[in-house]
Amino acid sequence: MIRPSAPDLSVRIGELSLRNPVMPASGTFAEGLERVMDFNRLGAFVTKTITRELRTGNPLPRVVERPGSLINAIGIPSKGVPHFVAKTMPHYAPYDTPLIVSISAPTAEGFASLAAELSIPGIAGIEANISCPNIEEDGKAFAMRTESTAAVTRQLRAATRLPLWVKLTPNTGDMPEIARAAEGEGADAVVVANTFLSMAIDLRTFRPCLGNIMGGLSGPAIKPIVLRHVYQCSRAVRIPVVGCGGISTAEDAVEYMLAGASAVQVGTATFLQPAAMTTIIEGLKTFCLQRDVPRVADLIGGVVIEEADEPDIAWLSAAP
Amino acid sequence: MSDLLDRPPAPGPAAGAQSRAAWKGSIVAELAEVVSHQAVNVEYRHLVVRCSAEAASARPGQFFQLLCPHPPGEQPFLRRPMSLYGADPEKRHVAFLYKVTGAGTRGLDTLRPGDRLDIMGPLGVGFTLDPNWRSIVAVGRGAGLATLAPLAQAAKRNGTHVTALFSARRPELLVSVDLFHAHGADVIAVTDSESTSGPANVERILRRLIQDGQSDAFFTCGSSRLMRVQQRLAKEFAIPGQVAMEQQMACGVGLCYCCVRDFNIDGEIVSRRVCWDGPVFDLMEALP
Repeated sequence: MIRPSAPDLSVRIGELSLRNPVMPASGTFAEGLERVMDFNRLGAFVTKTITRELRTGNPLPRVVERPGSLINAIGIPSKGVPHFVAKTMPHYAPYDTPLIVSISAPTAEGFASLAAELSIPGIAGIEANISCPNIEEDGKAFAMRTESTAAVTRQLRAATRLPLWVKLTPNTGDMPEIARAAEGEGADAVVVANTFLSMAIDLRTFRPCLGNIMGGLSGPAIKPIVLRHVYQCSRAVRIPVVGCGGISTAEDAVEYMLAGASAVQVGTATFLQPAAMTTIIEGLKTFCLQRDVPRVADLIGGVVIEEADEPDIAWLSAAP
Repeated sequence: MSDLLDRPPAPGPAAGAQSRAAWKGSIVAELAEVVSHQAVNVEYRHLVVRCSAEAASARPGQFFQLLCPHPPGEQPFLRRPMSLYGADPEKRHVAFLYKVTGAGTRGLDTLRPGDRLDIMGPLGVGFTLDPNWRSIVAVGRGAGLATLAPLAQAAKRNGTHVTALFSARRPELLVSVDLFHAHGADVIAVTDSESTSGPANVERILRRLIQDGQSDAFFTCGSSRLMRVQQRLAKEFAIPGQVAMEQQMACGVGLCYCCVRDFNIDGEIVSRRVCWDGPVFDLMEALP
């Protein structure tokens, strides 16, 4: 019997080539995971979002669980750029895995200057978390509107030559339009999506369960919704879509790739199974072998949509 | 930082980059088999599981993240942090002592011998015992006693005498007194129902222990009121101390920053992750 050759797991996100399509979602990854998995097996690193200003984060409690899901309002605690460059970056330097840095700022100008400052050797790409409140627009997230998405992407593009990924929020009416706005201003990829704005109330105290009152919903419960967003966005743009939302198994990752994702991010699943990402990578390999898929990239956008037949309405007239 | 001293050796980045085959994880998530599971009193359960050598090497003050089974009608989503109650590297056992309080512990309560439980650990920075300490005082209340129990065992091996001051609502709710006795500890019990658990009485008892030379170091868990008493005395008599802190957790491995607390580090307020920087902290740095 001829042994089937190992499937090719590599994917391309613009000019970046990844050894496989699996990477962490921002905010769910840190150096400590090195004690759980071999960092050289990941497709990419994605850091916690960093900001220029020092941020302590939100009041506690910062998380609350609901069936199949988690609501968080951590509040992007950040020690600023110098700390990141001096203390965090060296930790990832020895690995042969691209480092994607997630950034956030309260203004488009702030995003641009942060991206410029971080366009240094050792950083392979920028993920702009434009799902955070924009102080120039009454606290609405940049990615809630096409105009602010276009404006911030334009400034980011002018500020850096690094691969630029723009992370979108699902808390808006028309994600494909927003994705198109990001593409139109030069984004190299869109990440679909961030968490869903949500809330939980404690029935003993009648108080919100989170110190911040509202938070972002993640976990398996949101997967079918984000999958739909990925399907729609990937049909609206030519740039790659990175899928992110409730992925905890290789099957989930395959589903996302079939819907149109070129790579996937794993977040909340890591809180339950710390080795989730490497388990998913192994599972993707097995899936490709079993289904005779030579390259995992062949799965991208592979969902089979058949034109439905015209509904048969003969039974209507057949009624007595 | 104390990271380097207190943690088992982590695979350094260089090691990881140079040799893939050499990489080995030190945090293990695994399915452990329930060996025994018993009610200690109306509130507390004692759970023993058989596990890997890595998990059974857990040290006093460390904790595990348990993926609890779903009890009828409830779906706990996150793992639950549970401090180590005992570890036996030879039998490859770890033990937990817990109070049934919520969806997670109600799920744990459904486990029977032979069942499997997904445990992840050992996690966090545990207690440190100085070989020069001849006598230490451990003060605990409620579930805090469970966290201090393996310390008594380690102290015995270290040749250090332990005086355990236990606080509970009622005498019948005191747990693990026998276990502390078995490790050669003296146990002093104070309770709310006997009106002996107030800070003034606890302070009086601790002052006497200090006077008698029984307190080279303080250890505590489970009550910020009792912690404050110890902090005051630790300052007055220059006694070193350690406290095991509790906080709601999600990931348990320092990723999510949900379990942060403020600490006073040389007069500066610093935020630390209880799961990763702790759960054991310097007594004088802890804020209630």
